[in-house]
Amino acid sequence: MSEVTADTVGSIGPAEVPEVELYHAHTWLTKYVFCQDAKVIAIQYSLTAMAIGLVALVLSWLMRLQLAFPGEFSLIQSDNYYQFITMHGMIMVIYLLTALFLGGFGNYLIPLMVGARDMAFPYVNMLSYWIYLLAVLILVAGFFAPGGPTGAGWTLYPPQAILSGTPGHEWGIILMMASLILFIIGFTMGGLNYVVTVLQCRTRGMTLMRLPLTVWGIFTATVMALLAFPALFVGCVMMTLDRMLGTSFFMPSIVELGQQLTYSGGSPILFQHLFWFFGHPEVYIVALPAFGIVSDLISTHARKNIFGYRMMVWAIVGIGALSFIVWAHHMYVSGMDSYFGFFFATTTLIIAVPTAIKVYNWVLTLWRGDIHLTVPMLFALAFIVTFVNGGLTGLFLGNVVVDVPLSATLFVVAHFHMVMGVAPIMTVFGGIYHWYPKVTGRMLNETLGRVHFWVTFVGAYAIFFPMHYLGLLGVPRRYYELGDTAFIPPSAATLNVFITVAALIVGAAQMVFLFNLFWSLSRGKESGPNPWRANTLEWQTPQTPPGHGNWGKELPVVYRWPYDYSVPGAEQDFIPQNQPAFAKVG
Amino acid sequence: MTRPDGWEGFAADWASDQRAFKTASWGKVMMWIFLLSDTFIFSCFLLSYMTVRMSTTIPWPNPSEVFALEIGGKPVPLLLIAIMTFDLISSSGTMAMAVNYGYRRDRKKTVALILLTAFFGAAFVSMQAFEWTKLITEGVRPWANPWGAEQFGSSFFMITGFHGTHVTIGVIFLLITAHKVWRGDFDNEKPGFFTSRKGRYENVEIMGLYWHFVDLVWVFIFAFFYLW
Repeated sequence: MSEVTADTVGSIGPAEVPEVELYHAHTWLTKYVFCQDAKVIAIQYSLTAMAIGLVALVLSWLMRLQLAFPGEFSLIQSDNYYQFITMHGMIMVIYLLTALFLGGFGNYLIPLMVGARDMAFPYVNMLSYWIYLLAVLILVAGFFAPGGPTGAGWTLYPPQAILSGTPGHEWGIILMMASLILFIIGFTMGGLNYVVTVLQCRTRGMTLMRLPLTVWGIFTATVMALLAFPALFVGCVMMTLDRMLGTSFFMPSIVELGQQLTYSGGSPILFQHLFWFFGHPEVYIVALPAFGIVSDLISTHARKNIFGYRMMVWAIVGIGALSFIVWAHHMYVSGMDSYFGFFFATTTLIIAVPTAIKVYNWVLTLWRGDIHLTVPMLFALAFIVTFVNGGLTGLFLGNVVVDVPLSATLFVVAHFHMVMGVAPIMTVFGGIYHWYPKVTGRMLNETLGRVHFWVTFVGAYAIFFPMHYLGLLGVPRRYYELGDTAFIPPSAATLNVFITVAALIVGAAQMVFLFNLFWSLSRGKESGPNPWRANTLEWQTPQTPPGHGNWGKELPVVYRWPYDYSVPGAEQDFIPQNQPAFAKVG
Repeated sequence: MTRPDGWEGFAADWASDQRAFKTASWGKVMMWIFLLSDTFIFSCFLLSYMTVRMSTTIPWPNPSEVFALEIGGKPVPLLLIAIMTFDLISSSGTMAMAVNYGYRRDRKKTVALILLTAFFGAAFVSMQAFEWTKLITEGVRPWANPWGAEQFGSSFFMITGFHGTHVTIGVIFLLITAHKVWRGDFDNEKPGFFTSRKGRYENVEIMGLYWHFVDLVWVFIFAFFYLW
């Protein structure tokens, strides 16, 4: 990038629009509860997401206990097991990861990183959080409703999702639909803000090609979410009508318990198309912010500019676009035409190209860098390794002939947990360790962080590596108990016990992390404004944590891209984006 | 500052700092992006309707017979729908005029035209209510109807209901906008009650964007549901 040497002070244009009026909170209630400040909304989003994530963690423990010791626990019946699966999946994908990456990281980082005072429309942004909270509460209400939450699996396929054989068909499925519809409405309110803030509210000198990759990732993911969630919204509305009014959008003629139901002529496959038109982009809605955050963590902690910035940006945009034409690779076994399978397998494998560009660029960024193995860096490295792992098994499953025998096995579970479970969660942790000093003014405890990292990292592999093997053995997923099967050796049960023990330990390690979060709030080492010596704008705020309106009287002016690390001849090994000329040695 | 035309201008805008859309405020951009998202919702509804229309094995009722009105003992196909369409497209015209008079700061004409638009919108919803009532008395339900595939009633109530909700929300916001224009909020830049943002005549245009979108969606529903 030529910005490294060019002293571009003269080329920065004047402000194009007068600054917008900010809402100034006067009461405690409007300052901390019904707050319009994106930073407070971000913290509200993050805490809510983590709280509901704990529920999902406990559910995964219960499932693992059942798989390792079938029949030992009277509180886990087959119905409960399916309810745990459904709620665990839905919470992790939507209410934890989507909300945390976009609502949490997005709200905190976008205005700071683009040099804005707040989101474009803070009031709508605030509504977004409260509708999200309502959606979470309705979801949790499923646990207390008669019949419990729905046990239809997180994909909620009809007809089984609303038939009486499925647990939670009384209230659970209705509450799930209501919760998802609300989540989508709330998300749209926030999402419009993120997109418009990036497009229209940048500070002087901040061009799109000077945005930190974190912003690029979150921005692209939000655009995708605004286009993908409508399909889920429509699917939910139609499923609700099928369940409550007896329409037959998704319901064919069906006999249940010897009774001919009144449904006729609907298309169950239609729901699968709608669901996966949302569902596949959703994978990248979770992955793209992770890509962005990891790029920034690696560059900062390896003290080196990101390799191939433009390619990284176009790869993000390309992956986002491609992810809309691959959805039916989730439906190879649904009986659709095999020529469709050919098309979708091709598009799926094409996604490997931009993804591989990203991985190469991360590795080349690390190459001969001044690598600091800080806790955020450890998590970022863990992301790359895990993502490559999960991505490679994705190549297996993207091919129709390999997918068909593997589709119903634990191999798939291992694959998607690696690629869109463990990998993004690693980034979430890395991001929290990285930005916690900016949010609170204190560092997270390093020793606890390392303990947390190593147990989580090694533990995640102990859980999911053996699961690939179980899948190749043919151990089916979605079964709450294996029973006696000729093709599954008894050693599979031993391996299941091993996985469960690992899962319990990894889960417990997260308590160390939570303890660290609260302990460091008052006891952590004071961090100062820029503990990682990073370039991006959020580290250059006049106050730490940043005050209302983020900046002082004047908005920062951006003179360079965010990756000027270790510039030859410069006095320091980093040059913040808002620094016009750099001081030369001597 | 001069901006180059065509693709060069497009590239220059996107490569520039501060704003990608140089002539649009964030409010307008936000409405456009929302409408893009809403387009996907209506597209999914219409595609789903087409899919179930193909998946059902029972014959589809003939829309020009179902949506006919008896005039002097003779059935006139799609009469009400034609009036509704005319009504809604007229409202787009009055909305566009309201935007124009708003930017000319002609408060009275702006209010009158917004109210006229709201009236057309309310008339549309009323005719829709009449249409629903007529069909319901003839025995059409979301789960069944006397003439054929039950997906006919389900799709009809769902799609027109969702569109009617959009129109109703539009009418409510038109009335609020008219009230604000009448009070002079946009002349005095009065801060919003919740948002503390200054009132601007641009709000009329943003409202107009939404309204035109709702009209446009109706054209597609008209074509795909009533004419097909």
